[in-house]
Amino acid sequence: MACFLVPAGEAVATTIITKIVKSKEEKERSASDSINAAIDTQIKIPFSHKLKWLNNMLWGGSALLAFEHIWHGEVVPWFPFLTAAENPIARSEMLQEMSTVGVAMALLVSAVWVGITTASNLIEKRPQQAVKVKAHRGRNQ
Amino acid sequence: MTLLTAVLAAIITTIIWYQKDSRNEMKTGTLSLMYWGASLMWLTDAVFEYVQLQTEYFKPSPADLLNDFFLGICAVVFGLLLWLILVLLKDPKGVIKQALENIRN
Repeated sequence: MACFLVPAGEAVATTIITKIVKSKEEKERSASDSINAAIDTQIKIPFSHKLKWLNNMLWGGSALLAFEHIWHGEVVPWFPFLTAAENPIARSEMLQEMSTVGVAMALLVSAVWVGITTASNLIEKRPQQAVKVKAHRGRNQ
Repeated sequence: MTLLTAVLAAIITTIIWYQKDSRNEMKTGTLSLMYWGASLMWLTDAVFEYVQLQTEYFKPSPADLLNDFFLGICAVVFGLLLWLILVLLKDPKGVIKQALENIRN
């Protein structure tokens, strides 16, 4: 009915958070030593970039689901835009669906993003560990 | 069928991104994330439907199957359209910028 509105709402929130995080990262980068900052960005993926992965999943998923809802005639181009919002019984059904299916969708996408971010953090640590081991070996020789 | 079509599109675009566009120049990574997002959302929908219908969920009528497949294909094309607009707007290879400069000169 309108379950896609929940992940779409989350997408709006995460997009705003991404903008804030990105501006903070840029400030920190300009404030810190330029060489160290350049090395850091080569090794680590900025958190704002990782947030973009979540934004893409949420916006893309919501857009395709909105298309499906238009297909089924649940979203219309005139006010109130949702056919379920026209009568009280359908409205309560819609709200119930949003609070169950919609919330579950948003949670699943977020959980998968946490998994992807954790995996990328682990992958990022690999070259750093190799550099540290090389440096340690060099010191011992 | 819609879920299956979206998952297939997500797998194909992920393979293309991994093999040809790991720097995300052509934004295939973005496209694959869009399809993965939609797949996860349709998966949630499918789980809730399965809870309601139980085994009947796996026995759709041929007409429903065909309609869902048609919807899935249309949704994939809609995703491709969104991606195309994104690529043309971002112009990662500067092709449009170059073309406009050529017209101006």
